[in-house]
Amino acid sequence: MAESTGKNALIDLRGISRVYGEGETEVRALDGIDLAIDEGEFVAIMGPSGSGKSTAMNVIGCLDSPTSGTYLFDGVEVANLTRDQRALLRRHYLGFIFQGYNLIARSSALHNVELPLIYKGMPRAERIRAATAALEKVGLAHRDHHDPSELSGGQQQRVAIARALAGNPRVVLADEPTGNLDTTRSIEIMEVLRDLNRNEGLTIVMVTHEDDMAQFADRLVWMVDGRIESDSPTQRAA
Amino acid sequence: MIWEAVKLAVQAIFRNALRSFLTVLGIVIGVSAVIAMVTVGQGSTEQVTADVEKLGTNVLMVMPGQDAMQGGPATTAIQQFNIRDNEALQEQLAIVDISAPLSFSRARAVFGNENRRTDIIGTDNRYFEAARWEVAIGRVFEPSEIQSGKPVCVLGETVRKSLFGYADPVGETIRIKTLSCTVIGLLQSKGASTFGSDQDDFVIMPIKAFQRRIAGNTDVSTLYLSVHEGVSTDRAKEEIERFMREIRHIGANEDDDFTVMDMKQISTMLSGITDILTGLLSAVAAVSLLVGGIGIMNIMLVSVTERTREIGIRLAIGAQARQVLTQFLVEAIVLSLIGGLIGVVLGLVLGFVGAQMLAVPFAPEPGVVLLAFAFSFAVGVIFGYFPARRAANLDPIEALRRE
Ligand SMILES: Nc1ncnc2c1ncn2[C@@H]1O[C@H](COP(=O)(O)OP(=O)(O)O)[C@@H](O)[C@H]1O
Ligand SMILES: [Mg+2]
Repeated sequence: MAESTGKNALIDLRGISRVYGEGETEVRALDGIDLAIDEGEFVAIMGPSGSGKSTAMNVIGCLDSPTSGTYLFDGVEVANLTRDQRALLRRHYLGFIFQGYNLIARSSALHNVELPLIYKGMPRAERIRAATAALEKVGLAHRDHHDPSELSGGQQQRVAIARALAGNPRVVLADEPTGNLDTTRSIEIMEVLRDLNRNEGLTIVMVTHEDDMAQFADRLVWMVDGRIESDSPTQRAA
Repeated sequence: MIWEAVKLAVQAIFRNALRSFLTVLGIVIGVSAVIAMVTVGQGSTEQVTADVEKLGTNVLMVMPGQDAMQGGPATTAIQQFNIRDNEALQEQLAIVDISAPLSFSRARAVFGNENRRTDIIGTDNRYFEAARWEVAIGRVFEPSEIQSGKPVCVLGETVRKSLFGYADPVGETIRIKTLSCTVIGLLQSKGASTFGSDQDDFVIMPIKAFQRRIAGNTDVSTLYLSVHEGVSTDRAKEEIERFMREIRHIGANEDDDFTVMDMKQISTMLSGITDILTGLLSAVAAVSLLVGGIGIMNIMLVSVTERTREIGIRLAIGAQARQVLTQFLVEAIVLSLIGGLIGVVLGLVLGFVGAQMLAVPFAPEPGVVLLAFAFSFAVGVIFGYFPARRAANLDPIEALRRE
């Protein structure tokens, strides 16, 4: 049984809605979602374009607050935190991977990976050690002084994964991490994520359009029109 | 965290080195102009003070009216001095060593085909003594020439050069207005003073000749005094003021209608109306710092727009609004301080060159340099705040979506 009981879930969304606009132009991007994810799970979210996947990720990642509903993160209500409190939560517990890599240009791979650690206030020497270790995990230790522009798409995305890992988060959130990559590169990225999940017990929530990529996860959540239509183990996990 | 922000700011600034330089140009110009002018001004003041001290510290000047310090022309309503005032000071006030009457006018001195507009001074031999003029060629006035107001004159070096070249002028006759005047002497040059004002540009004649033939009245415009050795400036001023009030019949509750200036005030006056200079400097500084500040605000707004995505990344990975604010504020401040630094260096170089050209001491003012940095800092804070606020208040989701 892949579906969490919700009791000790790390992420626990209850009746979450996110509404954009008002009246005529109102869009219910999330329409009463219940979703519980345990520590150590690897969850893939799929669904048609506009079904609310990114909105869900933003809420889970505390980049956005839901319009209504309850969100317990590790048992603590976080739906109504202030902007700065959400920033602290992201800083200490969450890692992000984006479709467009979102590395800081003209800044070395190492510096990009160091960035979250700077905000954590980690001393420089320790920071470089941690960032180098994270780059090693994604197989890019030898590219630490390269700028993003000198790296291939796959390499850039691995730097982004290292950045998400560096702060030692409880959850990594990846919104279409392979959306810009060819199949071979995509599989490489998925293998990195799967290994992190298996070997280090890292909790991963990932949005994808490709069934092949979703199969790397244990559990597949299908969204349609802001609702969860199905939630089941992947073939691999089954 | 501040140190990180400074490093980041320096990186961001040098990434766009040319644009950054153009941005701070306003501040560079403002700061360098102020530093250069203050440096040269200070050097000039030192030079003038030194020049004036060579005259002796016991010299005072009495002028009619109360606005003499502002350098304004005495209005006709002001009661001028006359020769009896001078003689009264000379004979009745014990502290006075020498009192010389002076009257001035600007007029053209003509010799042959040459002519020069110059200061025409009417006085007597006491002025040469009090102001320590030495004769180079010829002689000063005979008592009889002073008595009768004979049309004879003594030239300053500049007038000699201009009318006679290096020839001996003694015995020649020059014309001033309708007066034909025989040259009897040439004074030793005192050279150019500070601010390039030429101290040798004058023709001196007996005061009676001046009053009769040049001014057409019996006024004396300045009393040039030297007091006995050992009399303090304060005491001298006090006694002279008391005495002048008496002979000019000023009532107990009336203000002075004359001004007594000591060396320090004279040097301030000679060094060129310091208040006006300061005011002008402040205006230049204020305008250019304002322009510089707007430049910085503008470029920081551009920078925030260009780096929206970067800001989104920083916010997403856990930067708080305050930290993004600090980052951009520090960048604006560093930018502004770099402008200030370039301005100070450039200003000192210009000040040095200016001091060389005017032949005055190079006198940089540490206070003004510090003030320049303080103002640059303030400009960075004030004009960087609004763009930094804009960056800090970005929504991370929106910012990440931006191209
Ligand atoms: N900032 C926004 N303002 C208004 N509508 C939005 C906004 N963000 C998303 N939406 C709408 O919400 C719905 C869900 O969007 P999204 O979560 O991005 O879908 P997905 O990621 O599944 O493609 C879409 O209809 C989209 O147009
Ligand atoms: Mg999406």
